[in-house]
Amino acid sequence: MSKYLLNKFLYTVDRDPELVERYRSDAAGTVEWWEQELANQVLNCVVAEQSTWLAFTDAERKALREHDHVALFELGAHPFLTLTLFIAMFERDHGPLEYQKAYGQALQHHSLPYPDIAT
Amino acid sequence: MATVAAVIASTHHPFYYRASTATGADRPPFADEWVAKIEAFRETLTKARPDILVMVGSDHFHQLWLDNMPQFLVGKAPYFDANWYNEEREFGLPRMRLAGDEQLASHILRNGLDAGFDLAFSNELRIDHSITCPIITLRPDADLPIVPIYTNIFAPPLPRPGRFVELGRTIRRLVESWPIDKRVAIIGTGHLSLELGGPRQFGEHGPDPEFDRKAVEWIAGGDLEGCLSEVTLDSLHLPGNATHGFMDFLLMMGVAGAGAKADHVDSLDLFHTMEAYFTWYPNGVPS
Repeated sequence: MSKYLLNKFLYTVDRDPELVERYRSDAAGTVEWWEQELANQVLNCVVAEQSTWLAFTDAERKALREHDHVALFELGAHPFLTLTLFIAMFERDHGPLEYQKAYGQALQHHSLPYPDIAT
Repeated sequence: MATVAAVIASTHHPFYYRASTATGADRPPFADEWVAKIEAFRETLTKARPDILVMVGSDHFHQLWLDNMPQFLVGKAPYFDANWYNEEREFGLPRMRLAGDEQLASHILRNGLDAGFDLAFSNELRIDHSITCPIITLRPDADLPIVPIYTNIFAPPLPRPGRFVELGRTIRRLVESWPIDKRVAIIGTGHLSLELGGPRQFGEHGPDPEFDRKAVEWIAGGDLEGCLSEVTLDSLHLPGNATHGFMDFLLMMGVAGAGAKADHVDSLDLFHTMEAYFTWYPNGVPS
């Protein structure tokens, strides 16, 4: 499990308008590019200082490629990050609060305790 | 010596700005009642005639991040830029710039460290809606310098509830020991029951109205003992997966003091979460 990296993906995409649109329109391509180019980039540092060891698991890569918020929840991604990014990408296609309610509905089979979000 | 002119605790619903400024068909049916409650709440701060605002809030993974996550952080800068692209995007919040009070921030940092809190600090802190929402509701002119204090209620492992209470008590002592004759309001925002990104999100009410009812009673009555007998880091998962923000209310109960009854108590049952507003006057209700 690399929950930190999952969250790093969601965090870096959510704060960048261009990446939000890129991830919306080409999820698989964005995930592949991001893992290759940005996963090991230490935030706020020059490229020469990058890390050497960060990579998604197959399940994490698949969940991100498929915009699968249920799988991301089950993998322990921070739910605030997933929610806010996915609202940015998909709320526009729905009526008021329709997307948010459907998002919760898709998670109805989960009861407490929820997956651990500690990184 | 500084005077604590008011202690104020509230929720920080990011939709207030949009709801209160909306007109015509865009204005939600609850907007007028919400605005009336906020205007009454705002008057409780105005009456206190503050010079400086100490503002407790929680960063929402904007500037604070998992590569270097503080538990408690004090902003010490001459200015704070505010609100982020994803808050403009989602809530329509405006960009803001607030002045800081570096002298009070330095006093809190030095003496907070000596009091046993390993406070982080930031000389370039961009603040988000946990602090700008109470500016919008309580001081929309944004004309007073602030000292922001951020807490981690987001990224486990979190400090336990008692630690938040103790920090609140300490902040009160630190402000009262500041040897400058200024009137300081201490304002903090948190959550009642709240779910984000989970199966109980965006319901007709907060996910746990019974918790909300008890929480309002605990805060309004300053019932720290009753509250801490029921609330733990583990139990806060039960009323909703984002309810750990309630610990910022616990911090403010620590500021107000055990047994201190709030002078102003109000709430509004909205979709998604319950709004709640509390004001204490440690030195008596201003005339």
